[in-house]
Amino acid sequence: MSADTNRGASTGANLDATALAERIRSGAITAREVVDAALERARADRFGAVRSVDEEAARRRADELDATRATHGEAVGPLHGVPILLKANLCRLGSTTDCGSALLASYRPPHSATAVDRLEIAGAVVIGTTHMDEFGMGSTGEHCAFGRTTNPRTPSGSAPLAPGGSSSGSAAAVAAGIVPIALGSDTGGSVRQPAAFCEVFGHKPTWGGVSRFGLVAFASSLDTVGALARSARDLELVLACMAGRDRYDATTFDLDVERRPSDLAGVRIGAIDARAMPGVAEDVAAAYASTLEHARELGAAIERIELPHLEHGVPAYYVIASAEASSNLARYDGVRYGARVDGDGSLESMTTATRDTGFGPEVARRVLMGTHVLSSGFYDAWFDRAARVRRLVVRDFEAAHAAVDLVALPTAPTPAFELGSVRDPLELYRGDALTVPASLAGLPATSLPALRDGDGGRPGIGVQLIGPGGADMRVLAAARALRPAAVDAVDALDASGGAA
Amino acid sequence: MSTFATERGYEVVVGLEVHAQLATGAKLFAPEPYHFGAPPNSLISVVSTAQPGALPVLDRAAVDLALRVALALECEIASESRFDRKHYFYCDLPKGYQITQLFRPYCSGGRVLLADGRAVALERIHIEEDAGKAVHDRGPYTLVDLNRAGVPLIELVTTPTLTGADDAVAFMESYREVLVYTGASDADMEKGNLRCDVNVSVRRPGEALRTKVELKNLNSLKSVHAAVEYEARRQVEAYEAGRDDQVIQETRLFDTDRGETRTMRSKEDAHDYRYMPDPDLPPVFVSAERVEAVRATLPELAHERRARYERDLGLSAYDAGVLTADREVSDLFDAVVERTGTNAAKQAANWISNQLLGALAGDDIEATTVAELPFGADELAELVQLVEEGTLHTKGAREVFKKLASEGGSPSAWVESLGLAAVRDAGAVEAWCAQAIEANAKAADAVRGGNEKAAGALVGAVMKLSEGRADPGEVRETLLRLLRA
Repeated sequence: MSADTNRGASTGANLDATALAERIRSGAITAREVVDAALERARADRFGAVRSVDEEAARRRADELDATRATHGEAVGPLHGVPILLKANLCRLGSTTDCGSALLASYRPPHSATAVDRLEIAGAVVIGTTHMDEFGMGSTGEHCAFGRTTNPRTPSGSAPLAPGGSSSGSAAAVAAGIVPIALGSDTGGSVRQPAAFCEVFGHKPTWGGVSRFGLVAFASSLDTVGALARSARDLELVLACMAGRDRYDATTFDLDVERRPSDLAGVRIGAIDARAMPGVAEDVAAAYASTLEHARELGAAIERIELPHLEHGVPAYYVIASAEASSNLARYDGVRYGARVDGDGSLESMTTATRDTGFGPEVARRVLMGTHVLSSGFYDAWFDRAARVRRLVVRDFEAAHAAVDLVALPTAPTPAFELGSVRDPLELYRGDALTVPASLAGLPATSLPALRDGDGGRPGIGVQLIGPGGADMRVLAAARALRPAAVDAVDALDASGGAA
Repeated sequence: MSTFATERGYEVVVGLEVHAQLATGAKLFAPEPYHFGAPPNSLISVVSTAQPGALPVLDRAAVDLALRVALALECEIASESRFDRKHYFYCDLPKGYQITQLFRPYCSGGRVLLADGRAVALERIHIEEDAGKAVHDRGPYTLVDLNRAGVPLIELVTTPTLTGADDAVAFMESYREVLVYTGASDADMEKGNLRCDVNVSVRRPGEALRTKVELKNLNSLKSVHAAVEYEARRQVEAYEAGRDDQVIQETRLFDTDRGETRTMRSKEDAHDYRYMPDPDLPPVFVSAERVEAVRATLPELAHERRARYERDLGLSAYDAGVLTADREVSDLFDAVVERTGTNAAKQAANWISNQLLGALAGDDIEATTVAELPFGADELAELVQLVEEGTLHTKGAREVFKKLASEGGSPSAWVESLGLAAVRDAGAVEAWCAQAIEANAKAADAVRGGNEKAAGALVGAVMKLSEGRADPGEVRETLLRLLRA
């Protein structure tokens, strides 16, 4: 082990946020040292995870926190001195919130997201932002206007794997140990799927449990602010800090954030027959089975359940999400902010030119789809029908949760695949089959790295636990019971392993 | 009646869509205040400029004002209503959609009573937000002012049951009255907080409805009347000439300068608004208790007041109409009568409809509204009572009123300082009368000769001598007594 990695280990590369905060609180290390180390790792980022860092502001904040602790003898909050990164669709006063889009490349919001505010109040130090699929649309990280992200779990010597998306940079940054916690957003799996691909933990909260104020909207009825971390307990910590009613988001409620014991004894977990599901890779089904077997060993009762409308989730999701996206993205007209491209002098041509230039092809595709499904004469056949299918998916889960405490599903049907190997959008959309149902139902879901017998399987497989609405902390406690330890990071400063 | 159309045997069918700004002083979904006439873009926020990540939060005060209107119009209140998004691109619409209520409005049905007592049935009223303003006449660029963006509106939609331009204007007047009486809106068309679109078609009586044309940009009652008249005539002429193809479903703009309508967009160019439920806003629940609580705070409406004035106070329909045309005036009248008792109601009504309204309309005093007057119901009631009990005669009372209206103060103090108190000394009155008879021998002779009308000149002379402080009735009696003796 080099001197660098030793220092990396002591200042956070392999510590989770809970352990790191404890070290800072006890005085073993200062916030400034931790933040400096994180900034150094961010600079050395060889996975394309980090979009921007604000070193000066981060150091200033760390110094303030150290000074506060020196004066008052205590930490400002449970995240005192913990460095974090934000997905670039979370607004923060003073930061650039580009959403992975050329259209917002220099957009600096006059407001901060409530979730971000609350983490900063709890002592977290925002060091910068991460790459993402433009406006959250994508599951590989390739649809980012500012460069692609690679998966830190790529085996040495292999072609780079996709980190998943759209919270691609956030997942990769956590897997690379740059920061212990990064915020993401999950609309149809954008936290959980990259968490699975990068073998970290990711939690999508109950819709309304965490304020969406300051999260740049993609599909409002599905959007959630979620976190990625290397331990389940960190996700509990972060959720407890950022959850709850917010006067700026009328859809929020006071989420129960009380920690539960990590005990699986007697917990009923509903499982599906993954092998019988079309499109689920064999090693994914095997890893899913091993994880459930491990749960059984810990005292859980595994029960077979049916989710009859699971296969209709993807079409319903893509109709609803695209419709809402076409509406939410209508504000990007070049009039008030963003990169304006002048046309022939008319308003219409300016808006058209701005959108043509500013939006990438995947965003354009979804806006077109969404515009179509809302069009006069098509609404009933598309949007309304999808809304009815959505209610059936909700009922599937209601029935399942009447019989079991938690539902377990593989997070994605495939392990992390090679970047660029999947080109067909429909094939990519099918990759969301197992994450969109919880999104459509608004339910809390945590993806954890799958537990496997031995190795030999491909990297980047996750299992998600889905609870009833509001049961986020029960879901997270179960995830913690299944995998109590933090997963290792691929040290960003260690150039010996991983893909370049 | 639309004369041209009716002369040719057509009926003019009118339906209205009326937008009224709710007077909450705030935005419907954004945190900042709103008032008319502020410097451009000074009343904005992350919500009304549609910053990425901003979310709408409903102001319940707007719902309460909307409920007042709905209850005053006897609409059916929905226990659950929702907000929807209506999409179109324009530079004054920051989000690219307007938040409105299409699928589940907060109320439906109801009616507006016209001044003549007819009821106009309504389709619905819903709550929505206003757009900003695009300014095109300041140099090479279009300027956008977002102060108005997000101001709460209610849109009322009538059934197509009005017939003609007069009805359309009568409807607007009655609806405006309800908006003002309920305190829901300032309803000032000049400030744009009351606007209407008109749907016009013509038909032979008894026929099914023919093609309707929508008229926009009607920002005064005069425009409403002229636009309906013009459009009805245009349609009748087209039908009469066999040019049915000239009446198509379209939106036409009223040109106030030329007094005519012209095509703005046809049905083919109509926007596809791509309505969808707004996922950012939870449903609005209105409980039966809430409805009753709001109903309990509803004031007596104008038509109810008019009926009461005629029935209980014995006022003429005309006077009742004058008094209730402005809620402030009517409130003042009620407050005065409350102090003087109903016996003085007619006198109070006269003071208000003649002196007070005349003064407000004229240039002699600064005040142009009741609220700006330097006196209130207490003072006016005192003045009425001074006259009623005989302390003050009309002429003196008018002088006191002038002082009140320009300087305020107490009526009795003015009577004192101006020396206007009525003279009740019979000896003094008799002396003035004798003096007047002497100075007006001709008139006195005429009265002696049986022409009592001639006494008027003598009464006038006495009033002059007394500087208005004598009681004209008493003077007349005394004169007649002296002349017959």
